[in-house]
Amino acid sequence: MDMNTLVLILAATVAAAIPLIFAALGELVVEKSGVLNLGVEGMMVVGAVFAFMTAAETGQLWLAVIVGALAGAGMALMFGFITLSLMANQVATGLALTIFGIGLSAFIGQGYTSVALDGLKEISIPVLSSLPIVGKLLFSYNILVYLAVVAFVGIWWFLYKSRAGLILRAVGESPSSAHALGYRVIRVRYLAVLFGGAMAGVGGAYLSIAYTPLWAEGMTAGRGWIALALVVFATWRPGRVLIGALLFGGVTIAQFHVQGLGVEIPSQFLSMLPYLATIIVLVLISRDAGVIRLNAPASLGQPWHNELH
Amino acid sequence: MSLNAVPPRLELRGITKRYPSVVANQAIDLVVQPGEIHALLGENGAGKSTLMKIVYGVVKPDTGSIFWNGQAVQIRSPAQARALGIGMVFQHFSLFDTLTVAQNIALALDQKQDMQALSARITEVSNRYGLPLEPDRLVHLLSVGERQRVEIVRCLLQEPQLLIMDEPTSVLTPQAVRKLFETLRRLAAEGCSILYISHKLDEIRELCHTATVLRGGKVTGTANPQLESSKSLAELMIGKELPAYQRASTRAVGEPRLVINELSRATTDPFGTSLEQVQLSVHAGEIVGIAGVSGNGQQELLYALSGEQPGQRAEVLIKGQEAGQLDAAGRRSLGLRFVPEERLGRGAVPEMSLELNALLTGYSSSLAQKGWIQYAKIREFSKACIERFNVKAAGSQAAAKSLSGGNVQKYIVGRELMLNPEVLVIAQPTWGVDVGAASFIRQTLLDLSQSGVAVLVISEELDELFEICDRIAVMAGGQLSAAKPVVETSIEEIGLLMGGTHANHASQQRAA
Amino acid sequence: MLRLEPRPAPSRLMVYLSPLLAMALMLVVGMVVFTILGQPPLKAFHAFFIEPINDWYGFGELLIKSSPLALIALGLAVGFRANIWNIGAEGQLIMGAIAAGGVALWLYETTSAWILLPLMFIAGALGGMFWASIPAFLRTRFNTSEILVSLMLVYVANLVLSWLIHGPWRDPDGYGFPQSKLFESSAILPIMLEGTRVHAGIFITVLALLAAGIFFRWSLIAFQMRVAGLAPKAALYAGFKQKKMVWLGLLAGGAAAGLAGTAEVAGPIGQLLIPISPGYGFAAIIVAFVGRLHPVGIVLASLLMALLYLGGESAQMQLALPAAVSGVFQGMLLFFLLATDVLIQFKLRWVPKASAGAV
Repeated sequence: MDMNTLVLILAATVAAAIPLIFAALGELVVEKSGVLNLGVEGMMVVGAVFAFMTAAETGQLWLAVIVGALAGAGMALMFGFITLSLMANQVATGLALTIFGIGLSAFIGQGYTSVALDGLKEISIPVLSSLPIVGKLLFSYNILVYLAVVAFVGIWWFLYKSRAGLILRAVGESPSSAHALGYRVIRVRYLAVLFGGAMAGVGGAYLSIAYTPLWAEGMTAGRGWIALALVVFATWRPGRVLIGALLFGGVTIAQFHVQGLGVEIPSQFLSMLPYLATIIVLVLISRDAGVIRLNAPASLGQPWHNELH
Repeated sequence: MSLNAVPPRLELRGITKRYPSVVANQAIDLVVQPGEIHALLGENGAGKSTLMKIVYGVVKPDTGSIFWNGQAVQIRSPAQARALGIGMVFQHFSLFDTLTVAQNIALALDQKQDMQALSARITEVSNRYGLPLEPDRLVHLLSVGERQRVEIVRCLLQEPQLLIMDEPTSVLTPQAVRKLFETLRRLAAEGCSILYISHKLDEIRELCHTATVLRGGKVTGTANPQLESSKSLAELMIGKELPAYQRASTRAVGEPRLVINELSRATTDPFGTSLEQVQLSVHAGEIVGIAGVSGNGQQELLYALSGEQPGQRAEVLIKGQEAGQLDAAGRRSLGLRFVPEERLGRGAVPEMSLELNALLTGYSSSLAQKGWIQYAKIREFSKACIERFNVKAAGSQAAAKSLSGGNVQKYIVGRELMLNPEVLVIAQPTWGVDVGAASFIRQTLLDLSQSGVAVLVISEELDELFEICDRIAVMAGGQLSAAKPVVETSIEEIGLLMGGTHANHASQQRAA
Repeated sequence: MLRLEPRPAPSRLMVYLSPLLAMALMLVVGMVVFTILGQPPLKAFHAFFIEPINDWYGFGELLIKSSPLALIALGLAVGFRANIWNIGAEGQLIMGAIAAGGVALWLYETTSAWILLPLMFIAGALGGMFWASIPAFLRTRFNTSEILVSLMLVYVANLVLSWLIHGPWRDPDGYGFPQSKLFESSAILPIMLEGTRVHAGIFITVLALLAAGIFFRWSLIAFQMRVAGLAPKAALYAGFKQKKMVWLGLLAGGAAAGLAGTAEVAGPIGQLLIPISPGYGFAAIIVAFVGRLHPVGIVLASLLMALLYLGGESAQMQLALPAAVSGVFQGMLLFFLLATDVLIQFKLRWVPKASAGAV
């Protein structure tokens, strides 16, 4: 394999990792506040369809990204209302959100399945993009890829360097204590959930207007679930989310290249790789209960209400 | 009140707070003067905590008014309370385990903090008041006493005019209590008022200038505790005298029923305590107590004894049989019964009826046969338990969570006793239980040991252990001291042991 | 402003009322959506909820669709009661269908229906259980989330099926279409109701219903699993065998889904192809919740959910709406149920703004 092929594979890996990075970083913030939203897949797919429709109707790709984010946040708002204001079981509500999202996106996207779209183009930075190797590897992606990097840095700074991030972590650690100190637990969690929804929406938008600029039913293909697994795998740390997402991007890309190398494996088995890899990393990380206990937000998934504490 | 007199620091008038099922506070009046240490005395469920949450802005009263330094105020949030100069040290600490001491403190301060400057202030204030703290340590690595220091220092940094302390001594050794009292007296001398919530009469008599007594949500009296006897305070608090216990003068102690044999266990929980070489035997007909500040390995020991976390075969012997590898069901079949400290959610299923809760541990007796539930039998069993142990409940169909803490405890204790124990392990038997139920439960334990059962009591209440135990051992830092006969030891000596290993450990680390 | 206040005791009335309330809300919102889409609401309602079942054949279709839903939901309820979240029933259904289909193809025209069909059902149940045993093993051995593992295996199962019908099991006379050859008649379930497609698979569901009814009410292990769901620490305290519960919870769902998959390929489909199920495995999760994890409730919920499937098909034909509208309604139903369930533990009270305070 020559250098150029390798660079191409690495660049493709980054491109495949981006939707996971958006969705998993968003869910990370949600879980840090103590909320488990299993509806990432649903929020992503709704974000994808809304973004695609916007792009197809207006031709404005940036507007499509914003609409995708808003659609994801809208879905998250429903989840938030039911779990935070009405204290429903978070697991069941998250599942409902995914089932609903898949149905909703199929419903409203029906007329768009054969629409072609000019996807988001790679930006070209003078000089930098034309550098050998580095140019292709670092400076020739579409704008959302760079947005993902910005999101990563921003979230890392928010969680570990800002007072608001400290409050968010405190709420996820012990909502009752945070409440006793006077913090608005429910409001903090709403904001986190909405942010997570918007991030999943952007992840979906990336899929439908940049990665593969088209709309197909269920086009997220389990990426929302993989993002959930990534958060566990990363033991709730943003840096590891990034690494995990790149690994999964690599697995996704590998399936195309293994065939290119002339290995005789039915394509279906190669397509299984991301799902099997998810299971394997989950097994590896969850073997050690202590690691999970130390890193998981202590109140993760438990309903909380002012009147009960 | 004359015009030139200093107004009271805090005055409550006619505070009432109703919850759907209970009136927590009814027309409460309370006056706290500047520099006064004011006790709020009452049993569990008397309404003390609700009243304090109202003062701290966590709970809003239905009616009534609050005056702060003579001005009428509405305290809408803890932030507002802090802005007024009110600080609160919670009974169940409002700390965040995975954050550092400094981060925890920053969260309680309302302005954005420069963390380095804050750390310096923490060190300064904590040393000034004799409450040493390391700002950068993670809270889950601290002992319970150190955690309380964090809470206190957190309040002191805001230079409070009123400090509320909710049952602060329940987690301290007798020696640490004395140090805390020194700090509090010093604060009071500097003009800070202290509202001290407790149900411990001796402490209040020692520390407080004034006491307001609550019973059933109402004020039943105000007194100068230093002039009152424990008996007269108790009458105000519970409406009658403190009960006395009947115990036989001679007790026949039989063969060892429960033997813990060099039990060591590294904790899998990063917030837990590892057990080291725990050694103890409990004989038929005696009550052995384990004292200790919570968080010193009691939880881990209980999990190891009950079988909820099984281990090595030879670590635990029940009636001479190796039982260390058995789960809870296996040990129950050998005659061990266990009453855990968490009643709802562990000892009983809150949402289920008392009948089904009988099945929880009774399933291996006749309440289930060949894997099928015998509904008639569990009803009969449950009704008998309610009657024999004087459980106040709306029938055997009532959900466990609809009962008061004391009645749930009576039901659980009753259930385990009706299942014919040969060894009983019971944790915090009267924690959060009213005085009447507490004395009933203690008497029941005394009678049980009299009938030849081996009883092991783990409790944070030293008074309770001295009242009912024959021998007492102390748990500190995951190690258990040798059990001493009660008549050969004193509260003072036990207190020193309670501070033992853990305090040394901490001071060594600081010295290093 | 409206405020929620805890009830002193849970409302028994709301336990029964809340699903009806959820259904009513779903209808109201559905009508609004139809109106927005420019459909007269009453006509749409008729096309969606009346049209599909106003004849004998339509009634049969309702049974055909509700049967697998109820069967899978019963199996899932065993685990859900213990907070064991098997959400991969769709994959277990596919694996069951593959196993049963494999038997049908392997024993092609060698034996009678009396032997072949039972063998297919046994194979189907085992196939579903095998697929469910993977999350069960990983959960009990490595404490791995059964939610994510069972879900990931849905995608894997689909790919396995895809490989089989594109590869080794493809019908050689099938003009290259990705499907197996049609099963012989002795691998096909007999029709039970004249004039409909209702097949004998429905008996499996009825049997499962009776078994589940007895199991949930009288068996000790079902009680123990309920305890584990409500208060996991109490289950540990009581010494219940936790691993056994995880295995039972997952295997029950796997077996039920495998049987449902078998009934699909041995019933209306009659061969292996993609898709085998229009998402029964996921819809059954909704059925289990809306049915309150109780056999009677599950039957009622399965009929409602089946009607939503039929309504979607009917809406496509009559109103030219996408069939995916079913999924929207199904999702909404579960949403509204989860929302209205708050009224079991809380009551709504109107509080004047002034004294409400900032909570």
